[in-house]
Formats: sequence, structure tokens, C-alpha cells
Amino acid sequence: MRHAMTVLTAALSLSALYFSALSGSALAQTANRTGTLKTIADTRTLTLGVRESSVPFSYLDERQQTVGYAIDICLAVADAIKAELGLPELKIVMNPVTSSTRIPLLSNGTIDMECGSTTNNPERQKQVTFSNTYFLTASKFAARRSAGLTMIDSLRGKAVASTSGTVNIAQLNRVNTDRGLDLTIMAGKDYAETFLLLESGRATALVLDDVLLASLIASSKEPGAYAISDDAFGQPEPYSIMLRRDDAPFKAVVDRATAALFTSPSGAALYAKWFLSPIPPRGLTLGLAMTPALARALRMPSDSPDPAHYAP
Amino acid sequence: MSYHWNWPIFWEQSPEGTGTYFVMLLRGLLTTVEVAGLAWCVALGAGVAVGLCRVLPGRVNRAFGTAWVELFRNVPLLVQLFLWYFVLPEVVPERFGDWLKSLQSAPFLIAVVGIGLFTSARIAEQLRAGLGALPRGQMAAGTALGLTTLQTYRYVLLPMAFRVILPPLTGELVSLIKNTSVALTIGLLELTARARAMQEFSFQVFEAFTAATIGYVVINLGATMFMRWLERRTRLPGYLT
Repeated sequence: MRHAMTVLTAALSLSALYFSALSGSALAQTANRTGTLKTIADTRTLTLGVRESSVPFSYLDERQQTVGYAIDICLAVADAIKAELGLPELKIVMNPVTSSTRIPLLSNGTIDMECGSTTNNPERQKQVTFSNTYFLTASKFAARRSAGLTMIDSLRGKAVASTSGTVNIAQLNRVNTDRGLDLTIMAGKDYAETFLLLESGRATALVLDDVLLASLIASSKEPGAYAISDDAFGQPEPYSIMLRRDDAPFKAVVDRATAALFTSPSGAALYAKWFLSPIPPRGLTLGLAMTPALARALRMPSDSPDPAHYAP
Repeated sequence: MSYHWNWPIFWEQSPEGTGTYFVMLLRGLLTTVEVAGLAWCVALGAGVAVGLCRVLPGRVNRAFGTAWVELFRNVPLLVQLFLWYFVLPEVVPERFGDWLKSLQSAPFLIAVVGIGLFTSARIAEQLRAGLGALPRGQMAAGTALGLTTLQTYRYVLLPMAFRVILPPLTGELVSLIKNTSVALTIGLLELTARARAMQEFSFQVFEAFTAATIGYVVINLGATMFMRWLERRTRLPGYLT
């Protein structure tokens, strides 16, 4: 009996020591945390939803590690979460997602945030929410340089490809109807396959986000053979980190962290690292200068899904 | 699970500007039915011809039949569709290749031919098995009646073999219908492709795929019931029951 009492006392005093070792404020806060922040504090794990081929946002490098502009931003957010919760350590898990699995996995709690190239628009806001915009992209078209096509109207009557289920193909359909362009619209399953439609000559032009076109062209067999149009199918739309809806405390932490990053010099440095310098896996440079609209969006961080908000 | 269910989504306009999401899915369903129906005709026609090649006397036709079956049965369907769609236009003469590339309905036609030929190899094997399951005496009886080999097949063996293989053929038909979804990889906007598009536009993943699931179940139940009816219709009294 005495022996048991001694063990119990020892255990109690040990655990008291352990808890007092933790920062007192963090402990007090953990008690009344809810939602994602509570889960992260409890499990000391943050799970990022990552893409495997969204160059240069979130993709696999030559060592099969997920890297990219969005990943770097999410890692900065992770540091902020760790500081906010006062955690001695935070384990970061990268969970691959596709465009079909990102919503279910975010909804059921498998991932805490998605770091990829997901467009923030009002339709999607009914299901999820987004943090501050980190990139703006407009639908443009790429064609063979030799075809000499630069304007949308010059595509009249031609075969044009896009990827099924994207914002781009919806815009392409709309412009085709509005301007009576009489286009033959072909739908590819994913980006790589859609590019194959252009490369193999099945389609004269390829309509996608300009940044995707740039990365597809840069990684193609003959990057010099293709040109991207100046003419756009719509206003630039925002990319952002996708979060669960109705979890305001978590979104507030992510918003604060991204805003702090974007308005600091590291924001521009991060952009330069992924868009103006050689990137893995093959050391190619996308060479996409920052647009004035994006510079403004980073200077004044916003989570607005409305393209008009970002228009100059 | 923090999923926001939104079943009325089907009555909202799809951003493609061609009607509601429901209409969009319905169009996909129609394409699935069309491709499946035509591919089934290709599969039955080619399958019966190749199946006969494998059993009729003669070395050349048997070798041809075996090669056909092994080729189409052992290469994954996805790879076959890719070969037809992307590689074929590059290996034929350039003018014909360019014509193939400019063909607007290429994904549809290639899905019909590709899925049809893939299934034909399986049907050929089943027909061979069905013929093999018949008592050997039937062939001998045909010969004794003075029928030629072809006549024996036409009037005695094939009518019986088809009845034997009707149940496995039902399985093939159901597989074929589900296989049409592979054609979304060559840009065919069938039911699965439309459901994917819907979930990309609206982010209502579960609603979109629930609708697609119901679509496939309805088509497959219809196909199964038709085949059951056909089995009953063609059943011979006192045989194989």
C-alpha cells in the first residue's frame, strides 16, 4: 500500500513538472481551443494537402520531395501556427491530393489546408474557404510560334484544347458562344495530356492559366516552339490556400501569417525564387515577371474571390 | 466531416453555359449509352468472327485468332485507347494522319472501336468456351446429316453455344458499360467526365459522383434485365435449365 502511494505521488509530481515545463499561456489556451487549431495542438501535427505536378506551386522534385511556391508559403504558415500554439515542435505531413480528392480530404479532416494551385471563386466559397491570394492568373492560349496567333479572334474556326473541368474551359466555352468563333473545343483529362493535344497537332491552340502554360512549355521538348497569347479570356483570378469553412480562428492565424509573409521582403524573394530563377527538377526558369496586379495583391493582402478586386 | 451538402445544385446553371448541371450530367449519360451500345455491336461482331477463327479447322485462321485474343486481352484498355488516339495518327501516312487528327468526333469513334475490340477478345474466348462445352456428338450429328462444317456451326453449334454463354455475356456487357469511363482520358465527355467537371466547377464532389453512380447503376440494371429477358426468351425447353 505504502509502495503504491509512493509510485502515485511520484507520477503526480512528475506530470506536474512536465506540465509546468510547458509554457503556461499555451496550456491555458489549449483548453478552450476549437476546430483545426485544437486538433493541431493535440496531435502536434499539421497535414498539408499537396499536388504532385502543379509546377511551380506544389510538385515533386528530383528527390521525390514536394516543393514549390505554395509549399514554401504553407511552411511559413506552419511556423506561425507553431508559435501561436506555443508548441515545442510541430510535425508536418505532406498528403498528396488530386483535384478530385482535395475536397473530401479537406472536409473529413485528413488534410488541414491545401497548398497547390486552386482558384478561389465564389462558387467554391460555398464549400470551402480561402486565405490570402498568393498568385493571380488569367486564361490565355498557347500556340505554335509558327502559327503566328496572338489574338483570340484569330482562332476563328480552329480546334482549341483545354482541360475538362477547369475554369479555363468554362471561359473558353463562354467566349466561343459570345463572339461566335465557331471553335472546335477539345477537352483533355489533365494538363499533361491536354498539352499533348497541342504538341501532336490535334489542337491549334491550348487554353489554360498563363502560369500553367508557361510551365508546360518550359518543360516541353522544344520550349522555343510555342508562344503564349497577350489576349486573355477573362480577368486574372486568384490562387490561394484552401481551408475548411466555418473555422474562423484557424483562418485568422493563416491569414495573419500569409499577410505578414507577403508584406515582408521575403514575399518578393519567394516569388523570385520560384518564378524568376532556375527551379527543380531540371533547372528550368519560368521567367514570369510579377504583374503590377499581383504586386498590389501581395502588398495589400486579400482573400477576395472577386477578380474585379484585383484589377488595376 | 465538415461537408456542406447541396442537393439542389443539380438545378443550378453550369458555368459552361449549356444548361443546368443536371442537363450536363444527362448529356454525359447519353454519350455513355451511345458509346456502350455501338461498342457492344463492334465487340459482338468481331468477337464472334475471331471466336470462330479459333475453333474452325485451319492453321492460319487459328493463329490469327490467338494473336488477336492475346493482343487485345493482355494490353490494358487505357493503353489501347492511348495507342489508337495518339500513336495511330503518327504511324499512318501523313495526310491520313492529319485527317484523323482533324476529325471532330475522334474521341467518340476511338472509344467505340477501342473498347469494342478490347471486349471482342473476351467474347471470342467465351464463344470458344461455349462451343467447347457442347457435347462432341453434336458436331458428329451435323456431319452425319450431311451438313458442311460451316453449316453445322451455323445451324447446330452456334445457336446452342450462344445460349450457353448468355449469362457470361451479361457480365461482359456490364463490364463494357463501366469501361466506357476510361474514354474520359481521350477527352470523351461521358458520364464520369461530366461528373468530374461538375465537381471541379461546384466543389460538390459527393453530389456529382452520387449522380454518376446512380446513372451507371440504372444503365447496368437495364442491361442486365434485358439480358435476363433474352435468356428466358431463347431458353429451349428441356435443355440447359
